[in-house]
Amino acid sequence: MIQDHLDIILNHLDIILIAIVTASACALPGVFLVLRRMTLMSDAISHAILPGIVLAFFLTHNISSPLLILAATATGVLTVVFVELLQKTKLVKEDAAIGLTFPALFSIGVILISRYAGNMHLDTDAVLLGELAHAPLNILKIYGYELGPVSIYVMGGMLVLNLAFILIFYKELKLATFDASLAATLGFAPTLIHYGLMTLVSMTTVGAFDAVGSILVVALIAGPPATAYLMTDSLARMLILSVVIGCVNAVSGYLLAYVFDVSIAGTIATMTFLVFGLIFMIVPNRGLIAIARRHIRQKWEFAQTMLVIHLFNHEGLPEAHEESEIEHLHEHLQWEPTFATRVVKQALNNRYVSQEATQLMLTDRGRSIAQRALVQ
Amino acid sequence: MSLWNDFQPRFPRVPQIMANFYFLTHFYTLIIVSIGAALLGTVSGALGTYAVLRRQSLLGDAISHAALPGIAIAFMLTGSKTPLILVLGAAIAGWVGTLIILSIVRLTRIKYDSAFSLVLSTFFGFGLVLLTQIQRNGDANQAGLDDFIFGQAATMLKRDVLTIGILGGIALIIMLILWKELKLLIFDEGFAASIGFPTRALDILLTSLFVIAIVIGLQAVGAVLMSAMLVAPAVAARQWTDKISLMVLLAACFGALAGVSGTFISSIAVGVPTGPTIILCATVIVGFSIAFAPNRGLLWNSIRQRRNRRSLKIAAAKLIGAATTENQIKNDTRSS
Repeated sequence: MIQDHLDIILNHLDIILIAIVTASACALPGVFLVLRRMTLMSDAISHAILPGIVLAFFLTHNISSPLLILAATATGVLTVVFVELLQKTKLVKEDAAIGLTFPALFSIGVILISRYAGNMHLDTDAVLLGELAHAPLNILKIYGYELGPVSIYVMGGMLVLNLAFILIFYKELKLATFDASLAATLGFAPTLIHYGLMTLVSMTTVGAFDAVGSILVVALIAGPPATAYLMTDSLARMLILSVVIGCVNAVSGYLLAYVFDVSIAGTIATMTFLVFGLIFMIVPNRGLIAIARRHIRQKWEFAQTMLVIHLFNHEGLPEAHEESEIEHLHEHLQWEPTFATRVVKQALNNRYVSQEATQLMLTDRGRSIAQRALVQ
Repeated sequence: MSLWNDFQPRFPRVPQIMANFYFLTHFYTLIIVSIGAALLGTVSGALGTYAVLRRQSLLGDAISHAALPGIAIAFMLTGSKTPLILVLGAAIAGWVGTLIILSIVRLTRIKYDSAFSLVLSTFFGFGLVLLTQIQRNGDANQAGLDDFIFGQAATMLKRDVLTIGILGGIALIIMLILWKELKLLIFDEGFAASIGFPTRALDILLTSLFVIAIVIGLQAVGAVLMSAMLVAPAVAARQWTDKISLMVLLAACFGALAGVSGTFISSIAVGVPTGPTIILCATVIVGFSIAFAPNRGLLWNSIRQRRNRRSLKIAAAKLIGAATTENQIKNDTRSS
């Protein structure tokens, strides 16, 4: 069984390698998009590059021409500029500006394709959905030597470029992300960093659309960083975690696709969601389970505090005898009887109160808790 | 083969009477499609107002992508392509996706945009997995499921238009019944909660209305472009008025206008698909509104700025003039 799986991995090493490289290349700029609240821009770019690709294709008649990547990148940056210009008019909010720009550009692309490219080899299907399984078939040949799939070189190049950009401008990116105005005052150029980042995102998106399709690029860009964001507070750790999570998603997604014989890009996206869901459940402090446990603990703690405050308020007064009767506590505090019994039990365990016959008496500890709670 | 291989009126060389027949059927389809597009524009325009005002413009994008697995599952379970069943599946999936987005935002520090992108892309990916699964099983019936990704407005049938009309009508009626509550929710949620409105329930209800508006349009303009139909009419309407009632009305009109004009333009030009044309018409309406709307528009703004600048200059000149004459008087009195 394990041997079988190993065989699968070895036989499809090229596809897996492309998936890993693509996932890493997308996750790196994705971290900054998530932190800068701009992941929607990647969604917009991934749609809006369509007219750029189509126009470049009309010029070159070659789907794997580098001009295509150039044109698409330019369209991507143009999208960012459009969105920002619309926002600057102050007539349209950011989300609406994005929602206006990319469908319009995408529509232009679609119309161009169906009007002029009807019988040419350019399928919107391929642009939008991509097919990773076909990526290794497109082999780079130089002087007759086969140098492996083109995608590995394209995405490998993007990975190196993204890594270099982040390493070189780490300080600037960090400052511009977390405190743009301070970055501007200190003389860094946040706008320049911003456009540099957006150019990289456009290029990465274009490079990846061939492998995973433009919509699923968004899963690779937003998914792993969002997952990593749940796990850490440190930017460096978030970058590393994102890449690791991206690779885990890619490999497990590929295996899943192999087993069920379905769309690879689709399973990678599905794994992205499942891994996010899993981390969201189990991560300490911020996970759903941690949140639920905290809620339950807080509920009981609050109830115990209520109990000691109640006892404290009546301590030493004539009615104290009646008010601290265990049997009647739930009436005074307006609790369900079973709930009251549990709270009393817990309070006894914690030594906030002590039991004398049918009466509850505050201990020193309980008294100090009541006093502290009342002061607050 | 292009997936947007849309309805194109091509008149073959046939006797006159046959040509008339073609023309008539073509005209009939055109009327059906434009009624459908107009209804769609009305519903998504009116409801889109709320999305735009709540800054949830891209919710349409998320819902329409997240709906894909629902469509696939509905088809896998029932094996039928009845619009109502597929729309129901789409609605459930879109709704679940949106609720996941809202709870991610509520429970974690992940912001709206990341939750959006995560859910829309991964749900879409899962839908794609299911679609390839259906295709692999070689179901002869599966052709046409793709329409939900890309849209195929020109193949709209009478029953599709009926589905759009009935579901959209229900959504609009709910909107009108809860007019006051929804208005309060979008403008001052905190106040609405403090005077005892169930804001959480209202929020979910409003989301459900968005879901209805989106899924009924999926087949017509496609998941990818449905987002614009929710945003564009409302943004255009926003430029002309500050009143929500007027804005809803205007957005509905703009949506219908975009639907009808897009349908007619694409039927005249050869090889121009209907869905994207509708979107471009809506975009033109937005462009016109942003440029020329009174009070808010760009033209109006620049005129006002120029006027302000001129009046400021005049005022400044008057001040300087006053100051110089004052100085002169001072100098005169001093010298005398």
